Amino acid sequence: MIAEIGHFALILALGLSLCLAVVPAWGAWRRNVAAMALAPGLAIGMLVFVSISFACLATVFLQDDFSVALVANHSNSLLPDIYKFSAVWGNHEGSLLLWVLILALWTAAVAVFSSQLPLVMLARVLSVMGGVGVGFLSFSLLTSNPFARLLPGAPADGSDLNPLLQDPGLIIHPPLLYMGYVGFSVAFAFAIAALLGGRLDAAWARWSRPWTNIAWAFLSLGIMLGSWWAYYELGWGGWWFWDPVENASFMPWLAGTALVHSLAVTEKRGLFKSWTVLLAIFAFSLSLLGTFMVRSGVLTSVHAFATDPARGMYILVFLGIVVGGSLTLYALRAPAVSSRVGFAWVSRETLLLANNVVFLVATLTVLFGTLFPLIMDALGFGKYSVGPPYFNAVFVPLMALLTPFMGLGPLSRWKQDSGARWQRELLVPALVALGCAVTLPWLGGGFNLWVALAVLLAAWLVVGLARDVIIRVKRVGDLGRGLRRLAPSYWGMVLAHLGFAMALIGIVATSQYSIEHDLKMTPGDTETLAGYEFRFVALEQKRGPNYLASEAQFEVSQGGEVIARLAPQKRRYLAGGSMMTEAAIDPGLFRDLYVAMGEPVGSDGGWAIRLHYKPMVRWMWLGAIFMALGGFATVADRRYRQQRGARTAPEVAHAGAA
Amino acid sequence: MHPVRKQRLYLVLFLVAFSSIAIGLVVYGLRGNINLFFPPAEVAAGKAPLGQSIRVGGMVVDGSIQRSEHNLEVRFELTDYAATVPVIYEGILPDLFDEGQGAVASGQLNADGVLVASEVLAKHDENYMPPEVAEALERSGASPGGNSK
Repeated sequence: MIAEIGHFALILALGLSLCLAVVPAWGAWRRNVAAMALAPGLAIGMLVFVSISFACLATVFLQDDFSVALVANHSNSLLPDIYKFSAVWGNHEGSLLLWVLILALWTAAVAVFSSQLPLVMLARVLSVMGGVGVGFLSFSLLTSNPFARLLPGAPADGSDLNPLLQDPGLIIHPPLLYMGYVGFSVAFAFAIAALLGGRLDAAWARWSRPWTNIAWAFLSLGIMLGSWWAYYELGWGGWWFWDPVENASFMPWLAGTALVHSLAVTEKRGLFKSWTVLLAIFAFSLSLLGTFMVRSGVLTSVHAFATDPARGMYILVFLGIVVGGSLTLYALRAPAVSSRVGFAWVSRETLLLANNVVFLVATLTVLFGTLFPLIMDALGFGKYSVGPPYFNAVFVPLMALLTPFMGLGPLSRWKQDSGARWQRELLVPALVALGCAVTLPWLGGGFNLWVALAVLLAAWLVVGLARDVIIRVKRVGDLGRGLRRLAPSYWGMVLAHLGFAMALIGIVATSQYSIEHDLKMTPGDTETLAGYEFRFVALEQKRGPNYLASEAQFEVSQGGEVIARLAPQKRRYLAGGSMMTEAAIDPGLFRDLYVAMGEPVGSDGGWAIRLHYKPMVRWMWLGAIFMALGGFATVADRRYRQQRGARTAPEVAHAGAA
Repeated sequence: MHPVRKQRLYLVLFLVAFSSIAIGLVVYGLRGNINLFFPPAEVAAGKAPLGQSIRVGGMVVDGSIQRSEHNLEVRFELTDYAATVPVIYEGILPDLFDEGQGAVASGQLNADGVLVASEVLAKHDENYMPPEVAEALERSGASPGGNSK
């Protein structure tokens, strides 16, 4: 019964999204105020019905209703309740419903928080989002109905959730990632609405900027959680594999980063307008492409839940419509919205242009590496795979190229700056950075050229930022007042750039200084790694709620003193009989100690053991958190709030003028 | 030259220079870092190059896994039911690696026709089969034990 209610609510949501896609757009075209004014109500209605549907699906999971095929295939009565709930999106159909739910959330959020927009703009934006909703709701209903029943022949118990997904990280990773992915649909909808209306100005950029920043911040958090999960859950201690599915989430992030910066130029200076629109289309198209790659089963991955050509075909066609349609619209309308404002070479605009070029090229090279195997396969040239060395060889130099510009950016002035001023301002940061680069790597256990380079770039960035903050505060005279005077959007930038510097240091230091040792150990054995003594104390059998585990107990000591007890496990899940490695980690700001079990080796009770010493690995996730915080902080800026106060102008008049 | 046009010229020059760097990096990155998939039948037929990074995938032959007593060396055989390829690997195998299951090993073929693997991948869950393996099995006309779903 509950499943049927959920199914019915989903159909109603599709009906509402159809109305939302058509009626307000028609209203905007015919200048029909009544039709346009329906948009916010329809958007909220869509959210209500998608939420009902989602709640129904969660309920059947929690009630162990194994007559629903999805529950039977992805849950089990032994599963703890929290994982029964997260199992809702631990599968293709349910994760698609989550996609739709988050789309409905964003749409309703735009409807609620954008009442200061001219009605005609709001109607167009919501209508584009309704169109995206139609695409995904019909995809869900036609090819992947989450409420399909297994009648007759409902099994007595379910076949369990993939053990890899039974993890707290996986409860929040997909929702955050989707908040980012789907959030770019708002930027996309604003871009399309601007193209339709021919109105692309600083006001447009100001409207779409906070949405883009929030989406970008969520995507940063989602990617970070994915990387963190891979690190502690996959059991081999890596944190980024350049796996096509990781790339699928990374490409919209790269394009989104470019978009966030080019929106800044469009808002402040009215430049790069058509470029910004193109980036918005590009970022959302990459989100769709990611969804296609992940959901169509063309990839071998933990994320590819099932292979079904019909689903792949559907998303491919949908992607074609979105990309083709919006690019056609762009080709028709972009010339009308381009700008004729100039800027000098030595200016902040140039630096942001450099940012955009680097991020776009980075996106394209990652896209190329990701699609290369698919294209070669489709053309019949054989099954290739492109590994991490390619991505590292391409990506690392690009980011190294980016950082010098990044250090200059905050100090530079819009429109026209002077090279002499840059030299004056930057001599100190350059010298300090050089000093850090020569000295700091020694702390990490020996001089290393790559680490020195990373420190050089990161220090250049951080010292430049600090100096800029100091200069700004000095201008006010008083420290407390000066710090408060700085706008949240400025703090957002500082945080995000600091985050980038932290991530840079973390990634390079952990790649260069990590010590990894795979070996056979029997209880009683001791192994020394980077000055830490790992003693295999005992092997024990444990029982969890839905698994049996062999647990290796380790004592880690440094200088004769025990500093940590680690207990990695090898689990056998009862329902599916599948094996799972549960790594044990002693975390630290400056180093992680990581122990994982492989398989039993030899006849003397020995095990294959993985011992890792990973310095500063946490810095890259901390950096990602800083970047996300920066993205969120910008939204608190006064100029977005002021607008909200100044929405007294009659909306119909705006509609007429636009 | 008109300043705006001059600026545009510089911009174009910059873009050209930058894209050439990027393309150079891509070509450099691709060289030697891509590897081709071979089903065991093609390896047995001598179609796979020696001493070059390749991937071989198939089912792990029942009873073929041999572990060393002292270290992490493992030997096993991969089959597509038309031919088998012996594999040597030193390290920790993935959780779902098992006899009678699909796996993909990447590494280099040595002169004895043994694949010295640097990485072994298994499927990620019960129902899932790497697409290359499924196709290789299909081509050799054998029905796989654990069907891809």
